[in-house]
Amino acid sequence: MSAAKGGDAMSAATGDTLAPLRREWIRHTPGERLVRWAMFLAVVAAVVWAVRTIDIIPEFLADAPEQMADLLVRMWPPDLAYYPRTVHAALVETLHIATLGTVFGFVMAIPLALMAARNICRVPALNALAQVGLVASRSVNSLVWALIFVAVFGPGAAAGVFAIAFRSIGFVGKLLAEALEEMNPGPREALRAAGAPWGAEMLKAVWPQVRPAVWGVALFRWDINVRESAVLGLVGAGGIGVVLEDAINFFQWDQVATILLAILAVVLIAEIVVTRVRAGLL
Amino acid sequence: MSAALDIRGLTKEYVRGKPVLRNLDLSIGAEGITAIIGPSGTGKSTLLRCINRLVEPTKGEIRLTGAEGTIDVAKLRGRGLRLARRRIGMVFQEYNLVERLSVMENVLCGRLGYVPLWRAWLRKYPEEDIARAFALLDAVGLPEHATRRADALSGGQRQRVGIARALMQRPDLLLADEPTSSLDPRTSVEVLEMLTKLAAAEGVPVIINIHNVALAKRYARRIVGMHEGAIIFDGPPEALQDDHLRRIYGGEDWL
Repeated sequence: MSAAKGGDAMSAATGDTLAPLRREWIRHTPGERLVRWAMFLAVVAAVVWAVRTIDIIPEFLADAPEQMADLLVRMWPPDLAYYPRTVHAALVETLHIATLGTVFGFVMAIPLALMAARNICRVPALNALAQVGLVASRSVNSLVWALIFVAVFGPGAAAGVFAIAFRSIGFVGKLLAEALEEMNPGPREALRAAGAPWGAEMLKAVWPQVRPAVWGVALFRWDINVRESAVLGLVGAGGIGVVLEDAINFFQWDQVATILLAILAVVLIAEIVVTRVRAGLL
Repeated sequence: MSAALDIRGLTKEYVRGKPVLRNLDLSIGAEGITAIIGPSGTGKSTLLRCINRLVEPTKGEIRLTGAEGTIDVAKLRGRGLRLARRRIGMVFQEYNLVERLSVMENVLCGRLGYVPLWRAWLRKYPEEDIARAFALLDAVGLPEHATRRADALSGGQRQRVGIARALMQRPDLLLADEPTSSLDPRTSVEVLEMLTKLAAAEGVPVIINIHNVALAKRYARRIVGMHEGAIIFDGPPEALQDDHLRRIYGGEDWL
């Protein structure tokens, strides 16, 4: 495909005196091409397999557009009077859950990140241990974390805060560990050469280098947590999800519409705020 | 006066059985600039980094003499090593400033070995440190740049801050690892000129790794030529002849 066969036109004109100069260049070796084909086949096979596994019930698929239209009609007009009565307090609680969860998550993620970064912690066993901790936190969905903490703390916002915090550890810790590993070792070396103790090295050479990443990750994660904490109420972990669950259970679709609009507005505002602040960070 | 630095039998092997420094002896007097020249990969940088233990020597003694007496740096660990390091200033090829801190804070970083952590945290450095930092910034010609961020400076300006930071330690010895290799010829001369002047004023001996033989001859009072981890020339600049350079760098077409 990308084999270079340059010089054909030229050699036609000159009687191929350049033949000894013509060298062939091929991008992929035959082995590489074989691997690429095998990978392509594997992807196609995976897609086919996936499509055959999900059971689509034809009857449901057939009337899906009607059902959708019906739902939208019931949702319109949204019951805006419902907002001040119930939705507002729940929305504020959701924001609190997201913010507190992000803060707690950070507090727990920082030691793990320091332990996971191979240029900070020189013990491979501890690096691996921290990685396992970070992966464990990420592998559990926040709804599952919420179920666990509802069992521990009972239903309410406390369970939500801890669910958000534990889900954030893995994400924040991984990104911070990467930021730590990517920093320039030069300033640390200079401070060590000046006889600075470990704490001073962290404070004056490491922190200034990772500071923008820390704030960036914090805002990014907060933005995600606002969205995640909106659904935690579905399993009883407080916030606007509780109100949403109730409205759906009582078929109050005009109230559901109000709640969904409120969530959309908050997520939009969070997005705008985060983008603005991040732009001013570097 | 006794030697500021006395290296005996220094050997460094990054890989067992493949020494980068071979049983090296070197004695540095208490004043003046000593330039170490030699081809890339001959162990100049390793030698310098062994002196302040940024690189662990495999074998040998590194005796440092100064106001606080004589110590063998090669034997120190932990706090002792830290206290020895603050007596040895270092200037780097890539400056190694903390880019997001101001020039002033970078210079004050030279005091981190002396100042308690809480003072560094709250930026409450002792009065005399701040006064000295300002004096050094004046001396390196950057008095009006104290509050600028280090990443806003040019290469030459950064190296001046690097020198001021190293002198902030009030070192007994100053190591400069290729301090001009990232600078243009004119700035190189200016930086070396300044380094020579300040080191003389402070009475600090300097060991400088340098690729530029002409600059080495111009500023050093002693030249040490290395080849494959051993010293094969040691003498005043006037004594360094083409024949020596041939043996240090190999080949002769370049001369």
